[in-house]
Parts: sequence; C-alpha cells; structure tokens
Amino acid sequence: MNTGAVPGRARRQWRRPPLIADRRLRWALYLSLVLYLVVGIGSLEVNWQRVVDGLDRGAAFAGALLRPDFSSRGPEILEGLLESLSMTLTATVIGLLLAVPVAIGAARNLAPLPVYVLCRGIIAVSRSFQEIIIAILFVAMLGFGPLAGVATLAFASIGFIAKLLAEDIEAMDPKPIDAIRASGAPPGLLLNWAVQPQVLPRLAGITLYRLDINFREAAIIGIVGAGGIGATLNTAFDRYEYGTAAAILLLIIILVMSAEYASGILRERLR
Amino acid sequence: MLRIEALCKRYGRDALALDDVRLNLAAGEVIALIGPSGAGKSTLIRCINRLVEPTSGKIWLGDTELTSLNSRALRKARRRIGMIFQEFALVERLSVMENLLSGRLGYVGFWRAALRKFPQSDIDRAFDLLDRVGLPDYADRRADALSGGQRQRVGIARALMQTPDMLLVDEPTASLDPRTSRQIMRLISEICAEQGLPAIINIHDVPLAQRYCRRIVGLRQGRIVYDGPAEGLSAEVLTDIYGAEDWEASSRADEGAEA
Repeated sequence: MNTGAVPGRARRQWRRPPLIADRRLRWALYLSLVLYLVVGIGSLEVNWQRVVDGLDRGAAFAGALLRPDFSSRGPEILEGLLESLSMTLTATVIGLLLAVPVAIGAARNLAPLPVYVLCRGIIAVSRSFQEIIIAILFVAMLGFGPLAGVATLAFASIGFIAKLLAEDIEAMDPKPIDAIRASGAPPGLLLNWAVQPQVLPRLAGITLYRLDINFREAAIIGIVGAGGIGATLNTAFDRYEYGTAAAILLLIIILVMSAEYASGILRERLR
Repeated sequence: MLRIEALCKRYGRDALALDDVRLNLAAGEVIALIGPSGAGKSTLIRCINRLVEPTSGKIWLGDTELTSLNSRALRKARRRIGMIFQEFALVERLSVMENLLSGRLGYVGFWRAALRKFPQSDIDRAFDLLDRVGLPDYADRRADALSGGQRQRVGIARALMQTPDMLLVDEPTASLDPRTSRQIMRLISEICAEQGLPAIINIHDVPLAQRYCRRIVGLRQGRIVYDGPAEGLSAEVLTDIYGAEDWEASSRADEGAEA
C-alpha cells in the first residue's frame, strides 16, 4: 500500500544536498585543492641519491630487527627499562594526585567561576606543550637524569587526567548530588559520597590509559636527557648498534602491549 | 510546624515561578501538592530546603527561619528535612546500606563517613528501616541492581535515616507503574502516620493524591489556586488548577481509553 509510486503523480527525485550549495564556489574549491596538491608535491626537493644511500642503512636496520641483540648491552638495557618503569609509575601517581583537585576545580557544576577559570588555565598550560619541550625545560632546570623525566611526565599527566576527569564530573547525574546535599552533608562528604562513586571507574580508566602513555613518553624523553630507556636507545643508535636498538624497541613494544592488555582487563572489572 | 510566607522565586528574567505562596503545615499533616507541569511544585519544595534559593519570602520550620541561614546552619537545618525524589536519586554504584547511611552524613564526622565507620546506632536504625520498607535482605546489593519500586523504598528509608522533622516528597511515583505507585504512596502515608511526620507530596496523579492525602493544595503558574480537603476537588476546581482546555481534553481522552 505504501510502496510504489502514487499513480497520477510525477516521481520525485531526491539527492543528498551537497556540502557547499553554490555550484561555482564548490568547483572553485575542488580546483584549488588539486592545484595546491600539485604545487605542494612539486616543491618537495627529494635527493634521490640520499634515498638510495639510506636504503642500505634501512636494510641493515631491518636485518638487525630480525636479529635483536639482548646480551651485549644487557645490563644497560635492563637498567634503562627499570628506570623508565619507575619514572612512569612515580610520575603517574604524582600526576594523579595533583590532577584530582584540579579536575574538581575545573568542573563547572562544582566549582565557582574564578576557581573554574584558574583550573582550566592550569589544564590548558599543561596540555599545550609537547612532552619533549617540557622535558628540555626540566632538564635545563633540574639537570640530566630521571628526576627531570618524572617532573615532565607528572606535569603532562596533570592536564590530561584533569581534563578528562573534569568532563566526566560535568557529565555525571545531578540527582544524587541533590539528594546528598539535601541530607545536610558538608562539601567534603558530598564529593566523597556523590561524586566519587560516579566518576571512580572512569578515573581508573583514564589513569591506566595515562600510565600507558607515560611509559611510551618515558622512552622518548630519554633522548633529550631526561633518563630512562630512551637514553640507552639513543646511545645504541649513535654507536650504530642496531641489534641493541632493535632489542630495546622490541622490549618497548612488548611492555606497551602488555600494559594496554592489563589496563583493558582492569577497566573491564571496574564497572 | 512549617510556615511559608509570601514566597517568590524568579529564574533569571523569566516570569515568576512562585508568586506570593503562603502555606501552613500543622504537625503530622500530610498534603498533596498538585498542578500541571511547570506550575512550580518542584521549585516550591526545593525552596524549603534551599536546593533552590528563594528570591524573596520567609520559611519557618518550627522556630528556625530557613531563608536567612548561612551555609553551616542550613546544613544543620537540612538534616531535619528528609527528601524523597522523583527518579529516586540514589547513588547507583553504592550499596543499599551505603545509600541509607548517606542520610546520616550531616551528623557524622568526615573520616567516619569516608571510612564507612558509622556508629552502631545508625547501623541498627538502617536495618530497622530496611525491614520497615520491605527490603530486609538487600543491605549489600548495589543500588543499580534494584527495580524501580525497590529503589524508591531505599529512597524513603534514606530520608528517614535523617530522623527528620518533616518530609519533602517530589513526584515519588512519576517513574513507577500504577500498582507500584500505590504501594509507594501507601508506604509513605503509613510512615507519616506512624511517626507523626508532616509531609508535602508533589504528585501528578490526582486520584492518587485524593486517595492518600486529606488536604490538597493546587498550584497553577506559581500561585496557589486551591487549598482544601480532597473531597473539594470538583471539576471546576480541577479546571482552575489545570486550565480549562487541557483538562477537558485529557479527561475525555481518558474516558475514551477506558471505554
């Protein structure tokens, strides 16, 4: 009954409306996009000789990846890994402890406006710099070594954890808050009884995720002198010890993957 | 017991949500507050415990003038006012027992509450109340594992944990089926009668209001347009409260559905 065309009436066409309604503007945009691409590719200067040379090194490295060398620099690798792991854990815990108050302050439904602006500011500053840049700063301030690394990762963790947690706090169900408030509970207990149960699983998830990220970052910031396995990796490359470098990379991959797997299981349980 | 004088509430620059509301509640008196959506029923009871700040007017609970209290004194006053909510407003991830004990948060210290080390008298009271509302074996269930009716029973027990002097009840049956609605209303009115608790019950359902409350207050656009016995709710009065066109249309639709 409701299929087929109604007799005596012309079939009506339908087509999805284009994103840009004006036909001329649309085609002009497409054209300029293609032109930009052509000019952009044309402006690349590729030194093919260098590419060919590099291929050999690439092949050597790829070959070494198949023959990772764990033994000749074993103690250094182990030491670097342990340092990275302890940097990661310390920094995540410090970051978490500092991020929670910032997140509460950055939730519009809990904090008054001045506190909100201040805490959002802290988050913005913490998130606007890439870890390497922060690491360079802290290495200059605190000297080479894992202390600078911990400071870097903790600082970066604050913004990350606080932003995501603040968003979860803002999205929580307001009714239990009203109920706890109506019982005459003081503000501290309001947080402990109405807010914390609602956001704890998400906070655990965010923290475990940040732990992942911090481990990866811990491997990188060593390159600028902030301690950890990154320094060992950098040295290995400098000495053309590709076997050792490959061993380090493999270990990082295994550790990151197992951290991700473990955090997945934990998050599942914390519902 | 409760005295409301010239209470007004204005949200931003909108029209008055409450307009010169005056209401007296005697000890042990249970009233139903009826009226269309947006009439200000919820605003009125939230003004009493100041979950919503009144714009002007005064409210006395016994000898305490509620609208002028500072935040510390307000928290003390709130302990005396139990509140029951429309969608239960339990903390879903906490156990039933914790939800009940949350009614004591105005009384116990921070660390006792944070570590869940409540006085034995509170625990005893919680178990007694669980028995009274018909959930004797539910103490360690999580609140989100309960049905709607069970959750509202927990909500009632939580309000009673405060050892309140009065109850504010905001649409207790709005998210429940008709049978559970009656059971919940019966439980609330029985408990009020047992303990001599005065209560204001916001409710959409006029027959339910008439059945369980002797005094009815009708609110329309923030003004009290009826305050009298349940038997006095004639068709004209209901038209006054709910507005002529809407009232006639919906009652005819009801009759049509029943026929």
